[in-house]
Amino acid sequence: MAAIALGQPGGRLADERESLREDLRTTGMVWEREIIRFFRTRARILSSFIQPVLFLFVLGYGMGSLVGATAGFDFKKFLFPGIVAMTVMSTAISSAISIVWDREFGFLREMLVAPVSRTALVSGKTLGGASIATVQGTIMLALAPLIGVHLTWLVVLQVIGIELLMAVALTAFGVFVASHIQRMEGFSVVMQLLLFPMLFLSGALFPLSGLPGWLTVLTRLNPLTYAVAPLRQVVFAAQHVPPIAAARFSAGVTLFGYTLPDSVNIGITCVFAAVFLALAVTGFGAAE
Amino acid sequence: MTGDPVRAGPGRPAWDPNDVTGPAARGRAAEGSGIAMTDTQTSLPGRLAAVPGGEAETAVRADALSKRYGDVTAVREVSFSIRRGEVFAFLGPNGAGKTTTVRMLCTLARPSAGRASVAGFDVARQPRAVRRRIGLVFQEQTLDDRLTAEQNLRFHAVLYHVPRAQVRQRIDRALELVALADRRHDLVSTFSGGMARRLEIARGMLHTPAVLFLDEPTVGLDPQTRALVWEDVLRMRREEQVTIFLTTHYMDEAEYADRLAIIDYGRIVATGTPDELKRQVGADTVELVTSDDAAAARRLAAAGFRVRSGEEHLVVFAEDGEGLVPGLIEAAGVRVRSVHVHRPTLDDVFLHYTGRQIRDEPAGRALPMMARARTARR
Ligand SMILES: Nc1ncnc2c1ncn2[C@@H]1O[C@H](COP(=O)(O)OP(=O)(O)O)[C@@H](O)[C@H]1O
Ligand SMILES: [Mg+2]
Repeated sequence: MAAIALGQPGGRLADERESLREDLRTTGMVWEREIIRFFRTRARILSSFIQPVLFLFVLGYGMGSLVGATAGFDFKKFLFPGIVAMTVMSTAISSAISIVWDREFGFLREMLVAPVSRTALVSGKTLGGASIATVQGTIMLALAPLIGVHLTWLVVLQVIGIELLMAVALTAFGVFVASHIQRMEGFSVVMQLLLFPMLFLSGALFPLSGLPGWLTVLTRLNPLTYAVAPLRQVVFAAQHVPPIAAARFSAGVTLFGYTLPDSVNIGITCVFAAVFLALAVTGFGAAE
Repeated sequence: MTGDPVRAGPGRPAWDPNDVTGPAARGRAAEGSGIAMTDTQTSLPGRLAAVPGGEAETAVRADALSKRYGDVTAVREVSFSIRRGEVFAFLGPNGAGKTTTVRMLCTLARPSAGRASVAGFDVARQPRAVRRRIGLVFQEQTLDDRLTAEQNLRFHAVLYHVPRAQVRQRIDRALELVALADRRHDLVSTFSGGMARRLEIARGMLHTPAVLFLDEPTVGLDPQTRALVWEDVLRMRREEQVTIFLTTHYMDEAEYADRLAIIDYGRIVATGTPDELKRQVGADTVELVTSDDAAAARRLAAAGFRVRSGEEHLVVFAEDGEGLVPGLIEAAGVRVRSVHVHRPTLDDVFLHYTGRQIRDEPAGRALPMMARARTARR
């Protein structure tokens, strides 16, 4: 009979360091599983591009002709960062759906009965989904030349950073929702009810200035708003945006008449990410 | 009907529609064939029984363990202990409380009353210590079928803290134990139900647990596959000295356990080795049909046999029914038309203690769920 170590030598600290190492290893393995599964479903990779690309061209050209260009800056360019955010969002959420599948196929139990912390499991799941979402969002950047959006390496790096943060918040949010849902059908209903409003009220598809009061309140309550704004500002920073265009296609979020700087937006997104992660950890396996 | 030495698996829907054997092959009669692995099973208990039953030798102990769900008492004050290296079976019909007991022992459900320890650790107070020392195979499948067999095992190895340097070797060993080494890199979605089950058993052994819990490991499998699963189980006990606690509602399987407990409506109604239990139920019975039953009965009684006259035949009770047949025929003194020797089976034991036979009622809630999940393939 091997490997039943009853009471190991070493103090409490050594135990804690050891268990942290095991937790990290678990997180890494859960992450790896997400990645393996993602690459095994090519259809999913493709399908998660279809909707954003459709939005980009249909809205971009359709609405674009209605809105018109301001000093050479058109709606497509405004829309582009929003579409990147949309890609990240839909990929992150659909990664979180896999928890419902895991429950339905029993694999969730395999994870939940193991002598590992839920935090390690949720972190792995969230980071896995967030990595995939970030990669997908970044791939969308390849469309930039078509839209006439100019990118530098620095911008790309900044975008990746913001995407990752946003993806962590959204995947954690999805994991939290998914943990409380028993059935696949339930998840799609809840997501339809949450996902589209969140997307439409985030400023991804239209500027947040000059909205009616109630709409302004709703957009400011939306966590996604604070991730979309810095993403757009970062992209805009590399474009030539004439002042009148900047006023019309405003990228920032104003709160009580004060335009939030990127650092604050990112700070708010960090807070949301932390809150959603904490919720996801407490909720994980709740319905078991 | 209790005469069959081995009873068939029910004609229930298999939980894997891809399984190689169709439902037809799973019917009533395929059965006697299925399970044949007598040598290992008879030799081992003897060896282990030689060890005195001290506390250190107790792998699992339950003391008046109970579980209530609202008004339903799923498990009522069950007590038993399992020695290290034993194969212990929990035999009972659907809804008897088998899964609930397993869940309590594996720290997945909190006992409402009573205590239990596994591998020396209290299930309520030291759940993590318990979990690290057990392997668990659920009644429902819990593999990721979009990973390969090896990836599933590797995932498990990490979750159960198998040292990095040993992972590869343990995976090799586990796959070898269930004879799936050649399917290592195949996706689990390509596996038959039986293969998936055996992979799960291998996974349960990966971290060399002290106790392996198998909840209905053979439910829904065809007889050949059930036999393979049993071979795996007995091989693991033999080669890895693991203690195995398994549940089943198949009577014939319980025979392969070293000891078993019969559970019905949440209560243990009998515990012992299969032989002990059968002995408690009573002696062999020999049924005789003769040309003149009345005369035969008188003569046999006079010759000192315990005889009872039935409607259609005589019944003689004896310790060793088969050895008695020649003597009986001679003592009867009339023409004997037929002789049927009946050894008590676990069916009789169950009947004796519960007044019912184990019904092969429609499978538990788990199966429809699995069927749904399997058809709704992504
Ligand atoms: N989570 C639960 N909530 C309520 N009742 C339950 C629960 N789990 C099991 N039961 C009930 O407890 C009894 C025993 O169930 P179970 O342990 O699953 O039986 P078995 O595994 O022997 O088929 C059944 O009557 C079942 O309905
Ligand atoms: Mg059960």
